[in-house]
Amino acid sequence: MLEVTGLGCLRGERRLFGGVSFKLAPGGLIWIQGGNGSGKTTLLRTLCGLAQAMAGKVHWRGEPIQMLGEDYRRELTYIGHANGLKEDFSALENLRIAAQLAGQSISREAGVEALLGSGLAGREHLPVKFLSQGQRRRVALARLRLAHPRTLWLLDEPFNALDTRAVADMQHIMENHLARGGMIALTTHQDVDIQAADTQTLRLDA
Amino acid sequence: MMQTLRYVVFRDLLLAMRRRADVATTLFFFVIVASLFPLGVGPDPKLLRVMAPGILWVGALLASMLSLGRLFAEDYADGSLEQLVLAPEPLALVVIGKVVAHWLVSGLPLVLISPVIALQFDLPREAIVTLLLALLLGTPLLSLIGAIGAALTVGVRGGGVLISLLVLPLYVPVLIFGAGAVDASAMGMDASGHLSILGALLLLGMVLAPWATAAALRISLE
Repeated sequence: MLEVTGLGCLRGERRLFGGVSFKLAPGGLIWIQGGNGSGKTTLLRTLCGLAQAMAGKVHWRGEPIQMLGEDYRRELTYIGHANGLKEDFSALENLRIAAQLAGQSISREAGVEALLGSGLAGREHLPVKFLSQGQRRRVALARLRLAHPRTLWLLDEPFNALDTRAVADMQHIMENHLARGGMIALTTHQDVDIQAADTQTLRLDA
Repeated sequence: MMQTLRYVVFRDLLLAMRRRADVATTLFFFVIVASLFPLGVGPDPKLLRVMAPGILWVGALLASMLSLGRLFAEDYADGSLEQLVLAPEPLALVVIGKVVAHWLVSGLPLVLISPVIALQFDLPREAIVTLLLALLLGTPLLSLIGAIGAALTVGVRGGGVLISLLVLPLYVPVLIFGAGAVDASAMGMDASGHLSILGALLLLGMVLAPWATAAALRISLE
């Protein structure tokens, strides 16, 4: 369970947001909404521990995430604005190396399968620099298709650059994850309908 | 834990393999800098022998600096640095992996080619052996110290110049004892004192630099 109390962040001199509180239980989904520059990305980065909060606390299973450190990181997958892909590596190499570093080592076959599922058949061995924006996004998101996924997904604009079919696919994967008792916090500008046991919406600029 | 270390080293070595030109740049820079001096100061063997330790070490220092910009900057730009920081292992471990890979790619080739370069300066054989040992101890230290500077300047515009201002002063002890060892040995004296100090510095760097780099990365990523 992820518990956020009174979270506030500054960007330079400006207060981005303050007093953000919510609880995310297994099977729960939270939409983080707000205009450009309202602090959605900063909030997600704070939730995964990359950025420090000026005020408030983030607790995971009742413990502050700073105290948990690696134990918390072992339970989350963060997919940021940048895809985190190496241009010189193929899609398969990127996926396998990302999974290995996240402590989710996968076999070659499992990697190929996840990429096939992402609609990248025939492009597994192509260096990522030859892929389109949407295809790169698919490679980054393929991590979510691996067996034994992490419990908590923090996704920053996951549907960016994806076509409608890929969005529908992702939606399906997220619903499966939630049905398994996973948790998702995501930001998006697109209207996507994801079925969850518990859906919350957080507006940052409200 | 060791597995993560292996994965990071493997990843960075594979990246280097894909961009062999970058690796070659460092090596050729060292070779060319070291070869320009004999052309510039003239072929007086006595003068060259005196100058050799300093020239070779300054060349190694600058060559190592040249490749520091790549250590974290690209990972930062494409977002994979965030993923490395979020790996469920201590960040210092990831840093050690990156430093090891950096040394294998940019330090070790210098060490291996240095005896050939040293021949240009007519160094005696004992001095060449000492040079090899001193570089073997000193170049990993350059990578370790350089990593701190690279981490501090991640995401800073014009970081390349800043890195040299931050890191070169910290390289001074390595330069003094490294060149000192070769000097001593060229004059027929015992260089083990200098080498011991280099070794001690390397141990100190191995213990402290990864933590400092990890802390600097966390700050830079905020």
